[in-house]
Amino acid sequence: MAGGPLLAVALEGAGWHPAAWREPAARPAELLTAGYWTGLVQEAEAAKLDFVTFEDFLSLRADARGPFEDRTDVVQGRLDAVLIASRVAPVTSRIGLVPTAVVTHTEPFHLSKAIATLDYVSGGRAGVRVQVSRHEEEYRNFGRREPADAADLFDEAADYVEVLRRLWDSWEDDAEIRDVATGRFVDREKLHYIDFEGRWFSVKGPSITPRPPQGQPPVAALAHNDRAYRLADKAADLVYVTPQDRADVTKIRAAVDERLRVFADLVVFLDDKPGAAADRKARLDDLAGTEYTSDAHVFTGTPAELADLLLDWHAAGLTGFRLRPGALPDDLTAVTRGLVPELRGRGAFRHDYEAATLRGLLGLPRPANRYAA
Amino acid sequence: MTEPKQIHLAAHFPGVNNTTVWSDPEAGSHIEFSSFVKLAQTAERAKFDFFFLAEGLRLREQNGLIYDLDVVGRPDTFTVLSALAAVTERLGLAGTINSTFNEPFDVARQFASLDHLSAGRAAWNVVTSWDAFTGENFRRGGFLPQDQRYSRAETFLRTAWELFDSWRGDEVLADKATGRFLSDPHAGAFSHHDQHFTIDGRFPVPRGPQGRPVTIQAGDSDEGREFAAATADAIFSRYGTLETGRPFYRDVKGRLAKYGRTPDQLVIMPAATFVLGDTDADAHEKAHVVRLQQVSEQTAIKFLEQLWNTDLSEHDPNGPLPDFDPVVGEDLISKGRASVRMYRDPLATAKEWRQLAEAKNLTAREVIIEVTGRQTFIGSPTTVATAINDLVQNDAADGFILVPHVTPGGLDEFADTVVPLLQDRGVFRTEYSGTTLRDHLGLSQP
Repeated sequence: MAGGPLLAVALEGAGWHPAAWREPAARPAELLTAGYWTGLVQEAEAAKLDFVTFEDFLSLRADARGPFEDRTDVVQGRLDAVLIASRVAPVTSRIGLVPTAVVTHTEPFHLSKAIATLDYVSGGRAGVRVQVSRHEEEYRNFGRREPADAADLFDEAADYVEVLRRLWDSWEDDAEIRDVATGRFVDREKLHYIDFEGRWFSVKGPSITPRPPQGQPPVAALAHNDRAYRLADKAADLVYVTPQDRADVTKIRAAVDERLRVFADLVVFLDDKPGAAADRKARLDDLAGTEYTSDAHVFTGTPAELADLLLDWHAAGLTGFRLRPGALPDDLTAVTRGLVPELRGRGAFRHDYEAATLRGLLGLPRPANRYAA
Repeated sequence: MTEPKQIHLAAHFPGVNNTTVWSDPEAGSHIEFSSFVKLAQTAERAKFDFFFLAEGLRLREQNGLIYDLDVVGRPDTFTVLSALAAVTERLGLAGTINSTFNEPFDVARQFASLDHLSAGRAAWNVVTSWDAFTGENFRRGGFLPQDQRYSRAETFLRTAWELFDSWRGDEVLADKATGRFLSDPHAGAFSHHDQHFTIDGRFPVPRGPQGRPVTIQAGDSDEGREFAAATADAIFSRYGTLETGRPFYRDVKGRLAKYGRTPDQLVIMPAATFVLGDTDADAHEKAHVVRLQQVSEQTAIKFLEQLWNTDLSEHDPNGPLPDFDPVVGEDLISKGRASVRMYRDPLATAKEWRQLAEAKNLTAREVIIEVTGRQTFIGSPTTVATAINDLVQNDAADGFILVPHVTPGGLDEFADTVVPLLQDRGVFRTEYSGTTLRDHLGLSQP
């Protein structure tokens, strides 16, 4: 692999622009079908991208920036991200699959076995992005707690990830022994209670699912501020950040733990013809009736211009980029068939996968089990 | 002459109990995805109605230690079923999901997602968890008293249905020209308030291909039967013989009318095991070998302990039963195991076992082999096909959920030998006529 940035694509609905579903190539009636998602992920895998991510929310919202609840002109409705990733896994072979999971309302025991299982069905390509919930609608859907203080939510999320990790380690890799002579299927000395006791919950363990192929599937968090950086520092392997320019990159890189893989999120509108991407975005803005802005930097331009930016920011210390296509499939194929060849031409992107697991692609070794003697 | 009833068949991925023989040289992994693919594809090749996956939420324990004699460990139900949707086309995908340690919004959302991702093949076996022991793995921790658990399960299911029904199915227009994605600004709106759940909002998954995923239940108590008659599409029953199956079948189907339902709206499928041989004698011989594999000397002791409720590790499995009475009490030596609750009266059960041992001159292990025997169909393919068909035509069942004892190849012989015989008799499909699980089960869309 050349020394260029890693590349991920953030799949979301018909694309990140609220009017993306109205593009000629969009397939808005198919958003809930398996074929829609497998097609996109196979496109990303053909270009040898590192991983794809799947957004999720435990409510009906077009995106994190709602409120879109009562609007009829934007995409409404979504499927569970872990299940989409799992549905895609058997029809892909090398690309990493990183669904989002909301940790504020769900059980760490359930998520731990779900991600471990995603790791099994994908042969070591699972990751998970943990997301806290501060939207009132999500609370009402569960009805059992009041929206909490933001600092508490991030601390709770850190506890949650600690439980995920302990559960993944709660089986040593060689716990299954199948010893016919003694009749023992497992060596119970290699199964461990995690005995997690925290402020918000306690979990006994061990997991019901044996340690996943990667040992610890990579954990990601999206972070915009110091509080979220602390969650990433404490709990994550990779962090998605949202710099607006190169100076921001330097600042953020200094603010997060150096051991973290740092991916900048960018919303991208791409076209080979100079100016065409900006025109397209303007046209979509007109359809939406409002100018599209984002928590992440919004890039419009050619694949060559984007390559310039990526290499410049990468030089400032980023591991890679999580590109959010403005419209699908157009901006995905512009990445896979425009940006990727451009980067390869500059010796800055792989021609083939150099590792079989997501950890391998991220340059993370398979970790030792914390409970193994 | 009336047409014969059509048989329904499902494949159960072998679970974490002693009927699953892991010591067989043919036994493979219970975790690797390839095992699930293999069993599911065999079931689909044989045109089965569905694949069934059980769930466990805590490793079982006995004598305060993790139980290590049976298969230990299993993957997550939803995640496996969604992945299986990628490698099968028509086979229904049914999973047990516990209602005690989940929220209706989350479970409904996942099943609705699975129904979309499988193009209409999802089924939910609704169960309640049995103890605080399991609850120690969950942030909600505790568990409810028996009576409340049932009412929570019932309202859990009804709440999930409200969420499934919160979309009519015609709201998504996705009309690029007019810019109308939805026809209804309030699609998915719900509001549910009862003693267990107070939730309101918008359900994020538009109506799936089956309307609602198929609902399976395993209730056997009187209230369980009533609940099933009112709500279930299929019952996973325990009664796989003519003597036990017919009364159950008659009773449950008889309860449907008061809910405005017809008998064909509930499919009764007992769990069943099988051992096949070239001849009946050959099959019985193999069945005995399987029983010896299922009940090792160590396993026999563990079963004795479950009834006697005390440490019997020094007891000789090849000698007589313990000569003292079971220890009666609330605190059971075995945890996380549903079947222990079957010993409702340990003293009476021990007495029965002693009488059996005396009458047949059996060792302790031989008693366990006899009393835990669960081989439903033993014989040549012709014998087994005849037995299955007789049970169905005589209304002891509508079909069976087959539990092979070897993973993952344990269904192959059945698919290759028994299924063609049933097809020859015109009592089992040779091709799928529909695409959804509701189609296979002959159920209308709610």
